[in-house]
Formats: sequence, structure tokens, C-alpha cells
Amino acid sequence: MNISLLDYGAGNLPSVERALQRLSAKTERISTSASVAKASALILPGVGHYGALMRALDRDGLRQSLIAALERGVPFLGICLGLQALFQKSEEAPDLQGLQILPGSVRVISGAVKLPHMGWDQVQSKGASRLLNGIDSGAYFYFAHSYAVPRIGEDLTPETRATCSYGFEFVAVTEKENIFAVQFHPEKSGDAGQRVLENFLRIAA
Amino acid sequence: MSLAHRIIPCLDTDGERVVKGVNFVALRDAGDPVALARRYNSEGADELVVLDIAASRDRRPTFLETIRKVATELAIPLTAGGGIRTLDDARAVVRAGADKITVNTAAVLRPGLISELSEEFGSQAVVLAIDAKRDVECWRVMTTGGRVSTDLEAISWATKGAELGAGEILLTSVDRDGTQSGFDVALTAAISKEVMVPVIASGGARWPQHFAEIFCEGAADAALAASIFHDAIQSIRPLKEFLASQNIQVRLPC
Repeated sequence: MNISLLDYGAGNLPSVERALQRLSAKTERISTSASVAKASALILPGVGHYGALMRALDRDGLRQSLIAALERGVPFLGICLGLQALFQKSEEAPDLQGLQILPGSVRVISGAVKLPHMGWDQVQSKGASRLLNGIDSGAYFYFAHSYAVPRIGEDLTPETRATCSYGFEFVAVTEKENIFAVQFHPEKSGDAGQRVLENFLRIAA
Repeated sequence: MSLAHRIIPCLDTDGERVVKGVNFVALRDAGDPVALARRYNSEGADELVVLDIAASRDRRPTFLETIRKVATELAIPLTAGGGIRTLDDARAVVRAGADKITVNTAAVLRPGLISELSEEFGSQAVVLAIDAKRDVECWRVMTTGGRVSTDLEAISWATKGAELGAGEILLTSVDRDGTQSGFDVALTAAISKEVMVPVIASGGARWPQHFAEIFCEGAADAALAASIFHDAIQSIRPLKEFLASQNIQVRLPC
């Protein structure tokens, strides 16, 4: 099983690659729609600006091939911006469209808190999660972001598997069939993060 | 439930070996960066900082190789810096495996560098390091390893740095650095309450109580120390257990 890492220039790709290699996974970097179409498991890492990611996906038909892969059932893990990309749109780049796989939008974190949300924070379980299998609710993960998908009112979207609260309560883990995503950085989150990646590798195997 | 206060060991290197000194001078060898990185990763460090304090051009490839080796050991974030003057310098450090870059003297000389880095890597990857020294009526920003005084006052420089796109301030008290007499609580509190980005306090740590003080009274988001960890005067997990016993939020188990 080869894990294809979608390389659009994100700074955290090498870290994700190293973390997977520590788990003895085979990885490859891909950047074309043709290689996305052939991928058997996909990871979209991402840090930085939402606009930079969405514009990169709009080059060379990557957006279409990525959506097609998700619909085909290819196991997918989105990390940080890779989670945000799955939603409708983001306040960080209001003119651009997200992949629109999941309902909800990305907003700037608001409340009396410092930004970026930087460091180790606790993730609260909101139901059975394949990615969080074997990890206690309340475990710490490493976050580095200023935007997130907030919980609106009482309801969480059914895809939400865990949340984190900083300024507002937001989606930390989301799962929908073959599509998995986390707002934190599992590649930087010590043993708990390694477990998340292991769980994804098991799902993808 | 809230964000954990971070404990960050710092490796001051000459590019290749970890060195240490008092008040930025009198350097001596303190070990192998890769071995120390491995140890801190397993002892529960929340992050690691690696600095090239010599920052000489001809030693640069050596430092990049050090970053590469250190990054391989870590499942926690890595910040690297020392001698980053241009976007290209920063790219090389990020490509070698750093998650964040820290800038100091070059940003004082050319503040636009902060914006350039933030646009390229995102503000979460840009750490503005400020070396501050108590002056008559303010804290003075120092450069060049704490040796050269500037016209800048630390609180307004930190504020400006955050506006330009720094996502974090690494604040070192030049007066306390290497003295083990405790962090500069007044300095840290003044800056942490003024800027809207996280502040890492540095300089002067010795006892667990120093860490409790800097988190509670100094309003620091993270605390950095070097020699007390290298010399095993203090180890990270017992330190975090002490802080937890004082009702200070830390990442445990780790």
C-alpha cells in the first residue's frame, strides 16, 4: 500500500512523510491530476493560507480529480488546511470555493483568545471514531491555526467525531465513509498523533 | 479545559554541537543535538528550538544538516533559527525540516522580512525572537546575540512584529539569561498582555517554581530553557507533574 501525499508546496509535507515512514509506511509525493486518479490512499497535508491551497487545487484539474477520488472511495486524510478544504468556503479567502464535500464553513477563531491557536490542546470525543480508536477523549494534540469550522448552535454535523474549544467550539476530527480529516497536526502530536496516523494506515490497508 | 502551557528545551548550537554560556558569552560544549533531541522528545517536551548562535555563512550547511538529523528524531514541532536574513535562508531551514523559523537581528534591521516570511509560510511558522534588556525606563531591544543596543523598545517592537505577521514572540531576558535566578516576570507579563500572539518566555530558569511563576504571574504561553535540561538539573516530566499539581494546565500524560 502506497500512501500518496498531495504536494502543493505545503511546509508540513516532509514532517507528515517522516511520521509515516517511522510507521514503516511507503509514501510517494504526487502533484498531478493523473497521479491523483491512480492513488490508492491520499493524504492532503496543509499549513498556511487557505487561498494558496485552493488556488493550487484549481491548477491542472486537481480539484476535479480529487473530488472524483473521494467519490470513488479512496481513503483520504486531510490535515489542518486539508480538513478546511473539505468544507464549503473560508473567511480566509471568501472569493474561493472549497471542495464542498461537507456542510459548514471555515471562520476566523473569535473570542477573547490569542491567535494563532498554537500549541497542545485537548480534543473531546463526540461519538465513535475510527481515527481516534484507542485514544482517550481529552487527549492532547498539536494545533497551529487561526481559522476553524465552528459548531453552530446545539447541533454538530453528523460527520463530526471530535471537537476542540478555543475561542469557540470547532471541528477537530471529521469522518464520512472513506473521508477523514483532522484540524490538528498528527505528525507533530507525539504518541497520540502517531496513533491517529496508524489508525488511518489500518483503514487504508 | 484549555490550551496547555508548553515546556520548550532549546539547543544553542555552533552549527554542529550544542554550546552554552552565561549572558550570551563564555561558550562551552554541552553535547550532541541529535541525542538531546531524542531525549527531550521522549521525556515529554512540547516543542524543540534549535538555534545556530554562531550563524557564520561557511558553517550554514552544517547547521542545515543538524536540523535534518534533529527533525528525524522528533514527533513534536521544531523551531529553528539563528542567522536567517532572507527568504531563501528561511526556505533552506524549512526544507531541512523546521516547522517554524525564528528571526531576530535581521528583522530589527529590516522589519519587512517578517511580512515576507509570514506570506510565504503563514504566521504560525514565524517566531519573532526579541532579546530585551532592562534600561532606565523601558526594556531595550538588543541584537547580535544580546550585545548590541538598538533604538527599539521591547513592548512596541513586539506589537509591531505581531502586526507584521509574526505568529509568536520568543522573549529572552538578556539580564536573566544563564543566571538561573528565575524568568523576568515583569518583562514577560508586560509583553504577553500587550500582544495578541503567544509569548515564549526565556532566560533565567532554574527551579520548577520559576516555571509556575512565569505561567501564572508572567502570563507566558510557553517557557524555554536550555542548560537546566541539558545538565539534567531539571527534567521535563517531573517539572510538568509539579506544574499540574499547582493547577497549571500542561500536556500530561506525555
